[in-house]
Amino acid sequence: MDLILEGIKKAFWLLVSFDPEVAGITFLSLKVSGTATLISLFIGISVGASVALTRFPGRRIVVSLINTGMALPPVVVGLFVTISLWRNGPLGFMGILYTPLAMIFAQAVIATPIVTGITLAAVQQLPAKLRLQILALGATRLQMLWILIKEAKLSLLAAVMAGFGGVISEVGASIMVGGNIKGYSRVLTTATVMETGRGNFDVAIALSIILLLLAYLINLVLTQVQQRERPR
Amino acid sequence: MNTSLPVYEARNLKVIRGGSLILNIPSLVVSEAEILVLIGPNGAGKSTLLQTLSALVKPSRGDILFRGQRIGTDIPLLEYRRRLAMVLQEPLLFDTTVYNNVASGLKIRGMKKNEIAPIVARALDRFRIAHLRDRSARTLSGGEARRASIARAFATNPEVLLMDEPFSALDPIMRETLLEDLEHVLRETRITTIFVTHDRMEALRLATRLGVMNTGEIFQTGSCDEVMNHPVNEFVASLVGVETILQGKVIRNNSTTSIISVSGKEIEAMGDAGLGEAVVLCVRPENVILSGIALASPTSVMNTFPGRVEKITPIGHYRKVQLHCGFPLTAYVANSSSSDLSLKEGTEVLASFGAKAIHVIKKGSAVDP
Repeated sequence: MDLILEGIKKAFWLLVSFDPEVAGITFLSLKVSGTATLISLFIGISVGASVALTRFPGRRIVVSLINTGMALPPVVVGLFVTISLWRNGPLGFMGILYTPLAMIFAQAVIATPIVTGITLAAVQQLPAKLRLQILALGATRLQMLWILIKEAKLSLLAAVMAGFGGVISEVGASIMVGGNIKGYSRVLTTATVMETGRGNFDVAIALSIILLLLAYLINLVLTQVQQRERPR
Repeated sequence: MNTSLPVYEARNLKVIRGGSLILNIPSLVVSEAEILVLIGPNGAGKSTLLQTLSALVKPSRGDILFRGQRIGTDIPLLEYRRRLAMVLQEPLLFDTTVYNNVASGLKIRGMKKNEIAPIVARALDRFRIAHLRDRSARTLSGGEARRASIARAFATNPEVLLMDEPFSALDPIMRETLLEDLEHVLRETRITTIFVTHDRMEALRLATRLGVMNTGEIFQTGSCDEVMNHPVNEFVASLVGVETILQGKVIRNNSTTSIISVSGKEIEAMGDAGLGEAVVLCVRPENVILSGIALASPTSVMNTFPGRVEKITPIGHYRKVQLHCGFPLTAYVANSSSSDLSLKEGTEVLASFGAKAIHVIKKGSAVDP
């Protein structure tokens, strides 16, 4: 119990003193996970909506793959991204292993199936005849897609929350592809793991609280937007 | 816009889905300013026909010409769709305000805000929903949502309006007021309209031409009077409200009438069916007159039969009286007349109907699209 209280005190102190190392870690966490979420939204919404709106042979297999991807273990993603970015790997020429860019890449791989899967379900849930109605209003295919995405916006905000929540809290991939380098690729989760390993539980608890607070604040903002949009 | 050409001309139109022929229209012509109402039961192919005409469903075979131009080749698909408007069975409003919903077709066409505002205001006024302009579409009642969806269609000033059972699932009062408004706007704007319904009364209110569909085919088109009183087959007859459909055989021919034997009874009807020919007799219930046996007086109407009341069903101001006169016969009787005749199940009455009130269908009559 003392340990937890000590951790909370430490967290409070680290926050109010605006500790430069903690601030840097927090900022990097936000930057990496935020960018990865944005990339996943771009890819996930496009792919999810396209799969939801088209019929093609093997569609069920694709949908199953997307759904399976929603539960991708971060360590598995970390392993394959590391192999890909390794000096002799297919993407080794990029030379980005152990950089924040590699972490963004890995986190985007984790978040994309989550966003894709939720988008797919959200667009599929819209009334089937809505597409006909939009086309009958004179919309192009692209206009139809945009209107459908707007109609599914409440569910898509859930996709943002799930995607961001998935990557801000993952540690396996970030540690494997980022290397947890101090002042360079250390984020809140990897720092927490390291401090716990060192037996610095108070710092680890402090970092965890900051992580939770961060996740809560971002979800609070998104929830506000989502609930404001909810049909009255 | 060439208004001398028909708005639509469909030739040998077929839609095949999963190996089944679900739409088969050898020929259909829709003229300028016409309100063609298609009636038919569920699964008759009415919605498929509308979706095919609006180029939302690709026909498996055949052509559709829009003002003489082949859709998708002579006239680009998008340009064609922007010249029509479609109202589906569900309002399918977007998750935004009523104003934005009504404006959506105009925004899609890339119109500017200042151009859109007066058009939307007019459409909202026309369908009496101006007071709802800032309301979220999700908070509208069924009737209000229908009004918004129809206003959205009219806002784009379409050359053709395709309506797929827009009033289904509305309560009778709501339906009546909305129907009245739509009727008024359609007569005022003279927009060519194809309206699909399974409600006969709705069809008769709106139609300048009536069509009856079933199993993907149009069985008959014509004026309301023609289809109601001269159905081409038993299916059309039953759909347009002919309650008494009797199978018979011509046993004698007079100068202008034929005597037809139905279950051993002789019925006189106008027509030119040949001697011995099997026919179907259609008698509309409103053409059957009932009188009390005791009060019976000689009548010039030839077809008078004693019968027993089998069942009475109240239908608003009327009662539907099902009789057995040696053959089944149905009459509509005003509530007041029913009381005067003390009608109840088992009452003996005289049922009369004129020879001119009978429509004779020769067995195996050709389908006339």
